Amino acid sequence: MNAKNTSSPDHIWDFFCSLKLTIFTLLALSVTSIIGTVLQQGKPAEEYIREYGQANYELFKKLHFIDMYNSWWFVALLGLFSVNLICCSIKNFPRVWKFVTQPLLVAGDGTFKNSANKAQFTSKESAKSLAPRLSEVLKSAFAKPTLTDVDGSLNLFAQKGIYSRFGAYMTHLSILVIMAGAMIGTIWGYKAYVNVVEGTQTSQVWPRNGSQPIDLGFSVRCDDFDVTYYAGTTRPRDYTSDLVVIENGQEVLKKTIEVNDPLTYKGITFYQSSYGPAGNGSFEIEVTDNKSKEKLAVNSAKGQKNALPNGFFFSVDDFTTSYDSFGPAAKLSVVDPDGTRRSPFIILQNHPEFDERRGGDFSFALKGFKEPQYTGLQVAKDPGVWTVWVGCFLMIFGSMSAFFFSHRRIWIRISEENGKTQVQLAASAHRNQAAFAFKFEELQKQIEATIENKA
Amino acid sequence: MDSNFFFNVTTFAYFAAMVAYIAYVVTRSSQVAAFAKLFSIGGFAANTIALGLRWYESYQILGADGRAPMTNLYESVVFFAWSILLIFLLIDWKYKQPALGAFVVPFAFFGMIWAQFRLSASMDPLVPALQSNWLTYHVITCFLGYAAFAVACGASIMYLIKVGKEEKADGPIGGILGVFPSIRILDEINYNAIMIGFPLLTIGIVTGAAWANYAWGTYWSWDPKETWSLIVWFVYAAFLHARFTRGWVGRRVAWLSIIGFAATIFCYLGVNLVLSGLHSYGG
Repeated sequence: MNAKNTSSPDHIWDFFCSLKLTIFTLLALSVTSIIGTVLQQGKPAEEYIREYGQANYELFKKLHFIDMYNSWWFVALLGLFSVNLICCSIKNFPRVWKFVTQPLLVAGDGTFKNSANKAQFTSKESAKSLAPRLSEVLKSAFAKPTLTDVDGSLNLFAQKGIYSRFGAYMTHLSILVIMAGAMIGTIWGYKAYVNVVEGTQTSQVWPRNGSQPIDLGFSVRCDDFDVTYYAGTTRPRDYTSDLVVIENGQEVLKKTIEVNDPLTYKGITFYQSSYGPAGNGSFEIEVTDNKSKEKLAVNSAKGQKNALPNGFFFSVDDFTTSYDSFGPAAKLSVVDPDGTRRSPFIILQNHPEFDERRGGDFSFALKGFKEPQYTGLQVAKDPGVWTVWVGCFLMIFGSMSAFFFSHRRIWIRISEENGKTQVQLAASAHRNQAAFAFKFEELQKQIEATIENKA
Repeated sequence: MDSNFFFNVTTFAYFAAMVAYIAYVVTRSSQVAAFAKLFSIGGFAANTIALGLRWYESYQILGADGRAPMTNLYESVVFFAWSILLIFLLIDWKYKQPALGAFVVPFAFFGMIWAQFRLSASMDPLVPALQSNWLTYHVITCFLGYAAFAVACGASIMYLIKVGKEEKADGPIGGILGVFPSIRILDEINYNAIMIGFPLLTIGIVTGAAWANYAWGTYWSWDPKETWSLIVWFVYAAFLHARFTRGWVGRRVAWLSIIGFAATIFCYLGVNLVLSGLHSYGG
């Protein structure tokens, strides 16, 4: 293209309407999208420097490869794609709209001569008596026709599936609707997270990209978090959190959420996402004085010094949820009244009698271990999501009607010449011609039979 | 007889079908073609029974945690083989071009042999993230789409083999290429298969997005699997527009179809085996 051409508005318009631009943009989007799947997105700088070196990291930053799907050049490509499909639609829509507003009610000689599907019959019956019967055949076998009288020749026109002409436009529109929905979500929504310790509540959540917390306008309390396992395995079956929504001091909503089953309140949705320990746990220990046989229940934190009768002390030094195949176990040690620490020993929750065999002044049994946990919640507010679903629906519906249905039209002209009545047939389908040709053959036979019946 | 037995029968039948289709291309005997079709239909039936049995067995082994057999790499590969045969038999029914089988059935056969020799067929209960009805809709639509692209790819390869010869020759072409459908038919098969695959892929992406939104609170997060599915979508969208564009009809669209299927395979396998992301448990 030379300078004169590009400066002409018609050429700019043609450029933005062109299918070549569509193909270019689609392929450019595919190729560039690969970058973000190979290079992990949005990681801290140190990770890139460690893996690719300082110089490469600087290059990635300059090319916006680290957050490429939000980079100016990728968004610009998407913008070009949108402009292209808007321009294409504006250019072609009026032509298609004409099929609705000005259907070709009367076909010309060319149509009857050149159509892929055509036929011709003669009859002794008059056009006036033949027309209503052929009209009836068309109506029952295809679609209700329109009759137009042109200088004595009677023209029937029937059509089906005109909406399929709009399938492509619906698909194009759907892309814009989805983009609009995504924009609504970006502007008025947020993605955040919050960790709630069992038994506590929160009214603020932390956005993914920002340091200021967001006020929910209500509170969420976590009553309990639980992991359940498949029987006899360590494979998790479910992560569940009992959540309560509290607004103005009132409990307004209660739900046990799990992965794939979130809670929504006032457009804000809470998803089960992670969990973890929150602070120190507490051990329930039953101490038996081996001389007096007296039993004593002690609740102790890890490392805490607990008094025993006669000036002894003990502490829980360590804990594990699985000690070989024995299950939960704690490491304890006893301190004599004179301050000497005896060698530590292990007690097993699943075998409470085990420690008696050790002998000594006291034996210990681990009754339980309670560790408060926090539940990690993803919090999302996305007012654009329904717009996106409407777009998706339009896209599926549009692409199906564009591919699987076709605009089929049939014309019949009945004219009288030299005492004979001539019946001409023509038909066209803008897609799936082979299947339509088959259908046309059947219709042709039906029409032939109708004509002969009275002839 | 358990599902494993029927999967073995399936693999054997697809092998026999593949050999018979290739033999048909060489011998041009319609009898051989009939055998090939018989093996294809038999293999497809065995594949169907095997999938159904595995579904049933999942309830025997996992009790109430039983589920449709589409939850790990092994199950997805044998379902992919089933999908390929389904779409192939549909296209074959419409176009009656047995030579196409020599370029499509191998995809199903190599899938089966890979699944049976290299992949774990163990039946484990589902991790929490996969416990959703969306899983079934998402997997079925995606794989039927992939399968349609496999058929289109087979037709495109045949197109590229034949097109040069047909353009040069004056009359009909003899030899092996003689049993290939004409390039016009191959182009039509290519287009029709993608017309089936494209809306299915679209539904597959949409159901995936709906599920992601329900499970994670975001319908799109540019995770590698999502992005690759979009790349595949872009390539086939380019294909559909290229067909209306002068200079692109013919060889270039055939190449686009092959590139599209290569991208599909990368989206399906490459992402799980090479890249990392939210779908990594799928492997």
